[in-house]
Amino acid sequence: MSYAIEMRHIRKEFPGIVANDDITLQVEEGEIHALFGENGAGKSTLMNVLFGLYQPDKGEIYVHGEKAVINDPNDATRLGIGMVHQHFMLIDKFTVAENIILGREPKKHGMLDMAKAVKIVKELSEKYGLDVDPNQKIEDITVGMQQRVEILKTLYRGSDILIFDEPTAVLTPIEIQELIAIMKRLVKEGKSIILITHKLKEIFECCDRCTVIRRGKNIDSMAISETNPTDLASMMVGRKVHVQINDAPYEPKEKVLEVSHLSVLDQRKVSVVNDLNLTVHGGEILGIAGVDGNGQTELIEAIAGLRKVKDGSIKVDGQDLTNQRTRKIIEAGLGYIPEDRQKHGLVLDFSVGENMVLQTYYKKPYAQSGFLKNKVITKKAKQLIQEFDVRTPSEKTLARSLSGGNQQKVIVAREVDRSPKLLIAAQPTRGLDIGAIEFIHGKLIEEKKKGKAVLLISFELDEILHLSDRIAVIYEGRIIDIVNPKETNENELGLLMAGRRKGGAEA
Amino acid sequence: MIKLVKKINWMTLLVPVISVILGLLCGAVIMLVIGYNPILAYQSIVESIFLQPYYTGETIRAMIPLVLAGLAVAFAFRTGLFNIGVEGQLMAGWLASVACAIVFGHLPRVILLPLSVLAGGAAGALWGYIPGLLKAKFKVHEVISTIMMNYIALYTTAYIIKNFLYTEGERTPTIPAAASLASPFLANLTQGSRLHWGFIVAIIAVVAMWFILWKTTKGYELRAVGFSPDASQYAGMNVSRNIILSLTISGIFAGLGGAMEGLGTYQYMTINSTFTGIGFNGIAVALLGLNTPIGVVLSGALFAGLQTGGLTMQSNAGVPVELIQIIIALIIFFVGSGYVIKWAMGRLTRKGHK
Ligand SMILES: Nc1ncnc2c1ncn2[C@@H]1O[C@H](COP(=O)(O)OP(=O)(O)OP(=O)(O)O)[C@@H](O)[C@H]1O
Ligand SMILES: [Mg+2]
Repeated sequence: MSYAIEMRHIRKEFPGIVANDDITLQVEEGEIHALFGENGAGKSTLMNVLFGLYQPDKGEIYVHGEKAVINDPNDATRLGIGMVHQHFMLIDKFTVAENIILGREPKKHGMLDMAKAVKIVKELSEKYGLDVDPNQKIEDITVGMQQRVEILKTLYRGSDILIFDEPTAVLTPIEIQELIAIMKRLVKEGKSIILITHKLKEIFECCDRCTVIRRGKNIDSMAISETNPTDLASMMVGRKVHVQINDAPYEPKEKVLEVSHLSVLDQRKVSVVNDLNLTVHGGEILGIAGVDGNGQTELIEAIAGLRKVKDGSIKVDGQDLTNQRTRKIIEAGLGYIPEDRQKHGLVLDFSVGENMVLQTYYKKPYAQSGFLKNKVITKKAKQLIQEFDVRTPSEKTLARSLSGGNQQKVIVAREVDRSPKLLIAAQPTRGLDIGAIEFIHGKLIEEKKKGKAVLLISFELDEILHLSDRIAVIYEGRIIDIVNPKETNENELGLLMAGRRKGGAEA
Repeated sequence: MIKLVKKINWMTLLVPVISVILGLLCGAVIMLVIGYNPILAYQSIVESIFLQPYYTGETIRAMIPLVLAGLAVAFAFRTGLFNIGVEGQLMAGWLASVACAIVFGHLPRVILLPLSVLAGGAAGALWGYIPGLLKAKFKVHEVISTIMMNYIALYTTAYIIKNFLYTEGERTPTIPAAASLASPFLANLTQGSRLHWGFIVAIIAVVAMWFILWKTTKGYELRAVGFSPDASQYAGMNVSRNIILSLTISGIFAGLGGAMEGLGTYQYMTINSTFTGIGFNGIAVALLGLNTPIGVVLSGALFAGLQTGGLTMQSNAGVPVELIQIIIALIIFFVGSGYVIKWAMGRLTRKGHK
């Protein structure tokens, strides 16, 4: 029997780095095949080769047993290969249907037939259970929805081999469950899937086989039924992985962040944070648990001075910073790891080094009387790259060309290194491999030990439960309860997040 | 400077080089079709520029405002803005420098000359500041507002000259010698060309652009805002203020370009019924120069050389000088289609591998 996809001895070099070094990948027909490996191991590169975005320096590709030459994504599409990228490639101002048909528009008398497009999209979404509204604009729909649009795009082009590059990194737990169901349905319909993920749970839940790569090299391939999470994790990292636990005693100090009676509006002028009260002390990690869209984003944007506060006040270290400029708030002691790393966390066309001083470039020792001290900046960047194990050829490399996880490490390195009084970490480990997650968690705990206040927002309940000293549950823009992680569990949190208070009427 | 050159990657360098070659080739084909000898034409351009001091001098002279205009466009572009208003800023700078030289004509040279140059820069700055403010405060797109500012400059300068500084010949009086950049020494050296000391200002401006953008904290901020306003805002930068600053600095470069014409080449300003064209050529210069300071100098030299050498082409090979404009337009066209060139190159090298 031939493989749906067979990539043999693939090699791909970038200036200063071998991203793929003699990698062989065999995907059977009708399976979900996991591609597993640390940040910068070369997973996205390998998939970009398969999709025709990069040309391999060496190696061959076989599709359904036949040798294939894939010069560009059009070739890949013709061969039935579709890709959902790590960072979406959709046009914000276009509708769902317009995005899906783009490049292959249905026509009537040479004119775009929009009615037909909408109809096709509807049919497709029903067939595979991918719920979308064809007429909504991309900018108005959730990330999970955008991802479905990406999947529909590939299905519309008739793909029977689907590549998912870290699809779950940007999804909420519920959306992940939905995606897994969708993938299982797709396989049942005869499609083959390559899934890149850093989450072992997902691999064991839905994959049939797995290929592990490390630093651009093949490590092993095996059936999922023949391995276990611990083995797989150490195979990927090349050593044993320990879960970091917040074991430092909980000794809250003075109040660092005080949010009182806060109300904030979103773009549509709807109140999404309502009379919210929250205090974070020095020496504690406060986790915020909640379903996406309950005001978390707006809350932290308001704290960071990026969104107008309608009512209420925000104090950092006793200083009233309500509606102040972001620069002032940062100088008062805010560090911020934003949720959207590419849009908000990095200047992608700046070098890694330049990105390391994005908030401090004008201050000593990085500058003096308005002039940059590039030597000092370079030295700092080198130190952080080393300390945080950012996999990059050098500090001069553009942030754009780093792997997703390494981009995230650049941001975390920058923010943690400043050791701010208040560190807001929004999805700090999104897209990171197990080893890197362990490392970042260690860093957050270290900040706490230093007496800093850490505000952690995460959709990963595991992460919240592991790290927090207190967990605040946010629902419809209010903190509806604060619980002790040692006295709660995922079930109870889940109920709270759905808006049911402990001992409330719903019980 | 070494770092500057290193920043350019060879692939991107290919596009302008190939564009120039294609532009010249297409120009040759057109000449052949109309019945002229392209080899003779190009030969006369090259010979005049490199072997006849007068044309060498005139080429450098023509470069001065072109480079400054190119820097203006490139600077704004580096910070994510399209300054189409270089033309207007240049006219404002031209008039301001001439007016300043005439009004304060009694001052000694050491004060008057720098003052007049600065007046030109300041007027350009103002003409850039206004669209910057409009964009920052009211989100008016800078392309629209800078184009409008061009017309305002065109008619305002004409009005001011007509009513306050008028003299015979539809122009301002000639500026006093104390404010002039012209130099008998340079003129003699180049057999009577209009080459003037303004080239020093242009060189300083080239270094200044590089220095501001890559060596100062403000430049860091301007580039960050240009690449990603969102991330810059998250990092605490004031995006609106940077937009205003960028267009203002851009305007200074353009205004200085005008001052060089007023104080150097012409020594007066005429009432313009149409635009000078230097500002618009500046867009082309910046585009071909990949928005880098060195690139602007090189492409400025090319355009200035073509324009000046084009005159000898007419006398020696009989080719109408308008053809030069066509060639320049073709080069711009090819740079604009740089994507296609890159794509074609990619295809070719890929085929080569197999
Ligand atoms: N366009 C590029 N130019 C230069 N280097 C690149 C480019 N793309 C990737 N790299 C480098 O190649 C290596 C592999 O990157 P790749 O994106 O394939 O990693 P990955 O396994 O997908 O990691 P992650 O899990 O973090 O997404 C990295 O070191 C990265 O810096
Ligand atoms: Mg990747």
